[in-house]
Amino acid sequence: MTSGLEGASGFLEASVRTATPLALAALGECISERAGVINIGLEGSIICGALGATVAAGVAGAGAGFVAGAVAGVVIAMIFALFTVWMRADQIITGTAITLLSLGLTGTLYRTVYGADGVALSIPTVGVVPVPGLSALPLVGRALFAQPLVTYALYLLVPLCAWWLMRTQAGLALRAVGEQPPAAIAAGVRPRRVQLEAVLFAGAMAGLAGATLVLAQAGTFVEGMSAGRGFIAIAIVVLGRWKPLGVAAAAMLFGGANSLQTLFQAMGWQNIPYQLFLAVPYLLTLLVLAGASGRVAAPAALGRRALSGEG
Amino acid sequence: MLNAAGTPADQLAITPSAGRASGVVSLVVRSFALAVAALVVLVLLLLATGHDAGAALAALGRGAFGSWYAITSATLVRAVPLALAGLAVALAFRAGILNVGAEGQLLVGAATGAGLAAVMGAAPAPIVLVSMLVVGAAAGGAWAVIAAYLRQRFGVLEVISTIMLNFLAQYLVGWLVRGPLQEPMRINPQSASLPDALHLPVLIDGTRLHVGVLLTIALAVGVWWWLKETAGGFRLRAVGLNAAAAASAGRVRVGRTVMTAFIASGALAGLAGAVEYTGVTYALYDNFSPGYGFTAIAVALLARLHPLGVLVTAVLFGALQAGANAMQRDAGVPNVVVSVVEATLILLVVAADQWQSRSAARAESTT
Amino acid sequence: MTDEAAGDVVLSLEGVTRRFGSVVALDRASLRVRRGTVHAVLGENGAGKTTLMRVAFGLLQPDDGTIRLQGVTRTIASPAVALSLGVGMVHQHFTLVPAMTVSENVALGGRGLFDPRAAAARVRDVATRAGLSLDPDAIVGTLPVGAQQRCEIVKALARDVSLLILDEPTAVLAPAESTELLQWIRAHADAGNAVVLITHKLRDAIAIADDVTVLRRGRTVYTRRASDTDEAGLADAMLGSEETGIDRKPVDHRSRSSLGTMSGNASGSASRSGGGVAINDDIDALLRTLLTERGSAAASSGSGAPIVAASSGSGAPIVARERATVLNAERIHVRDVRGVERVRGASMYVRAGEIVGIAAVEGEGQHELLRVLAGRAEPVSGTLTRPTTVGFVPEDRHREALLLDATLLENIALRDAGARRGRMPWSALRAATVEIVRDYKVRNGSTGLLARALSGGNQQKLVLGRELREAPTALVVENPSRGLDFRATAAVRDALRAARDGGAAVVLYSSDLDELLLLADRVYAMHNGVLTETARDRDLVGRAMLSA
Repeated sequence: MTSGLEGASGFLEASVRTATPLALAALGECISERAGVINIGLEGSIICGALGATVAAGVAGAGAGFVAGAVAGVVIAMIFALFTVWMRADQIITGTAITLLSLGLTGTLYRTVYGADGVALSIPTVGVVPVPGLSALPLVGRALFAQPLVTYALYLLVPLCAWWLMRTQAGLALRAVGEQPPAAIAAGVRPRRVQLEAVLFAGAMAGLAGATLVLAQAGTFVEGMSAGRGFIAIAIVVLGRWKPLGVAAAAMLFGGANSLQTLFQAMGWQNIPYQLFLAVPYLLTLLVLAGASGRVAAPAALGRRALSGEG
Repeated sequence: MLNAAGTPADQLAITPSAGRASGVVSLVVRSFALAVAALVVLVLLLLATGHDAGAALAALGRGAFGSWYAITSATLVRAVPLALAGLAVALAFRAGILNVGAEGQLLVGAATGAGLAAVMGAAPAPIVLVSMLVVGAAAGGAWAVIAAYLRQRFGVLEVISTIMLNFLAQYLVGWLVRGPLQEPMRINPQSASLPDALHLPVLIDGTRLHVGVLLTIALAVGVWWWLKETAGGFRLRAVGLNAAAAASAGRVRVGRTVMTAFIASGALAGLAGAVEYTGVTYALYDNFSPGYGFTAIAVALLARLHPLGVLVTAVLFGALQAGANAMQRDAGVPNVVVSVVEATLILLVVAADQWQSRSAARAESTT
Repeated sequence: MTDEAAGDVVLSLEGVTRRFGSVVALDRASLRVRRGTVHAVLGENGAGKTTLMRVAFGLLQPDDGTIRLQGVTRTIASPAVALSLGVGMVHQHFTLVPAMTVSENVALGGRGLFDPRAAAARVRDVATRAGLSLDPDAIVGTLPVGAQQRCEIVKALARDVSLLILDEPTAVLAPAESTELLQWIRAHADAGNAVVLITHKLRDAIAIADDVTVLRRGRTVYTRRASDTDEAGLADAMLGSEETGIDRKPVDHRSRSSLGTMSGNASGSASRSGGGVAINDDIDALLRTLLTERGSAAASSGSGAPIVAASSGSGAPIVARERATVLNAERIHVRDVRGVERVRGASMYVRAGEIVGIAAVEGEGQHELLRVLAGRAEPVSGTLTRPTTVGFVPEDRHREALLLDATLLENIALRDAGARRGRMPWSALRAATVEIVRDYKVRNGSTGLLARALSGGNQQKLVLGRELREAPTALVVENPSRGLDFRATAAVRDALRAARDGGAAVVLYSSDLDELLLLADRVYAMHNGVLTETARDRDLVGRAMLSA
């Protein structure tokens, strides 16, 4: 019994830990998609954020690492925005190129700077900061309130983004751009500017996600450590129905699925095929996509190049 | 346009180039320009990261084309899956379908091959081998049907659905190689090694080049001919260029055409997986594909979606990757540098196209 | 001018000129809108009504002229400026975000925080004060069109505008909704506001307007108190039955003159007066063809195959000799993509060897009717006889007829691509393309050229050539000369006549009434989804399509 409870608690804790970078990236992507831009170059911002964080943390500490991670994510997002927002090039093609570019660039730089085989770096990491009182709660206490500070930042960012989207004029304008650019233009909104800001915000969040991977989890940089999280973030946004709170919940589901292996090991269930459980969130996402048809779901202008009504 | 079924929201950034008289000529010119651009980008990168560009390029050349073995066993062997998956992407994009799911379709094709090898153990080897290829392709097509159906029936963006299907295929393989298809010793997460009799025959003795390369060339020519010469191929191109006009002026059944193209695309990617499995890896394992399906997007785009161009860019990319390994070994240059080169090429092409269509639009508005 | 105090005039536009390239859309147009009145702005399609009001709302900058608001000369650089000066506009195509609520749509464009409850209260407040019923929390996309329009109006009123411009507000509404809206407009003006009502519905104008201004070809040709005019007077002003020589382009002038003289005998003098403008022999020859249009039609039908009897010139419908009926529609009903019934029990027939014109103002259901006749859409009910293949030349050739990034050869091959099997007969198609390029004079055309590289006129000739090549038994054309220059227009018209003379049943819709009357042997006027066969007379057709 006790081991079962411990296992469950450990599983939840691992789920939140795994979910944190996913939720950060997905939250940014959510805002970007609400503005009509689907950024499959998110993976690039994550991996660049990770390398940026590694370098900066080694020089100036973990705090600087997070800042540098966000900045690196923004720089990559700027390239994406240059092509998609400014030139109105295809978002999918550009995103593919950005991902490829970032994976190659980080690998090259890392090996050039830190040696051919990438000798493991030791960099400062951020530890768990238990919230007094709350972390002692049964089952969820440690899972939710014995996490690094960046997770707590996420707890604030999710409702903040939800509030900003629904309760500010800027959020209203952003949603209008993602739905019906001509209507936004008629109301005096500048779609390119809105989309640029949204893409850069998503870049910053993805960079933070990369920094979290390095500074709060792995403790080192590994080539390709983003491991498809940029694509998972896109799935999370869909499953979360393009709403920040939904995105947070979907991220937990994906994090949970990824932590099942830990749970199964803790429970001694060796023979359960956890890959099938890993697949469940993606299957759910597909079902949500199919079920969402006919109802208001994705921003109507998502992925479109044209800002005029004709697109 | 998630909920508007049928037609793509707007056209692709890359204008396709097949079916025109000047196609092949401009293809040669463009391939040359691409190779030069790739070299320039690479040299700049090498200089920027403080490497000896001369030594690195020499190593690259040796690794890619330096010997008969390098050409056949490194460059061309790598080019085969890239070309097949590149054909898959090109075909889909020509129909206006943003299939970024070649990776998943390829994995499913390979997994099906591995499954058949396990199931059909007793059957005559040639029959099993052919079945693996055919059913592998069919499985890739079937995997694509899911995305095609979601698009037709529910208006789901294929970009999103194929990304999901890629993950599903990846986990499917992960489960198979730890479960039903795991090697008999049950130690490593991989399938049993394919018996020699079921290997794709080697084309040239003493090399690793298998007959898959001939199949690839034949398919590229076949796809090119089909797109250019047949009514079905023409319909596919027309739908990709302007679905509304194809439906109105040509009375083309757009939904049916899109479905066909999606299936054909998935089948080509599935075949890429089956060929790689029977011709190169002889086993299924977690990272069976080092992102062939994604690199294929670059291959197809740089070929401007031209089937024969895909052969050229696939060899270019195969050479880059083969050479990159030599470059890493001999000149200490990280091999991933080629990803940067590939990405830069895509962005250059996109920028050039965008610039071109802008000046065209400007020219139009002034007349 | 002096009988009203300057302060009483809310908006005054004087001598406003606006060109688009070589086309003069507004030619020293003027308009004075008084406080507390409804001012109807009337005119045919393309008369410049909307352009003039887009200038007033800051969406377009005039090339010349002055804009005064409350007597002060202003430059209205953008809609934002217009709104800040108390001018609001409701467009014909709504600028709403369907996925958002009414209050979100109304609040869009502001700064700072967005409080849904306050926004809803504001909507309720504005709507109540204006006497409009509107649910602030409803999702706009789920609302009927009438409610969407009220949302647009509230959106403008929420910015405290004192002058409201409504562009064809009743065009999208059901009759009951229209009546309701018109009553509201009247009441809104009576409350001390000013309303500009852009319309082509005479009845609406007479019913509720205080003042009426008529634009024709970019000029203000008529301004009067509504009480001093009637439908006939307005129709005359709109259609220009008294020829005033105000036409912009010599081409139009001549073609109109020739029409105007159908019942007269001055065509010779008109011809001579215009002859001097001709640039070269080629154009001169084309002009002569156009000018002698009626005469030659009569001559050819007199001397050649007796397909179409000549018009008597008295405005009676042309009587064709008994020919097979190729297209026949009986009480057909058609819905548009959104499920709205646009064709409501229309009946018509088209015989081989005649051009049947459909006259209608924008959005009366002709779009859907033409597609059904062309076999590109199906009616929901009614009986329809049509050949298996019908040639179709849609108005928006870029969207519906051409593959712009494909070659001319491929564009020709597109015809019937859906039914083709096996290999493409490229060599035959290449020969066909060469023939079409030659016969239809597609300038600079070659089989390998991209369709995008052709001018609009040559693109249209290519489409016509494709649709006419295999001598279709029926052909449906929609605004075939829109956006074309004179030379291309003449060529397109010739091609249509040739098709008719070759025995095709041709259905023609043109928003240019002159073109329609020039080409059509019989005319149906379409109004509100219903067809009425009308005598081929400019005034009668004009009246039928405006207020049938």
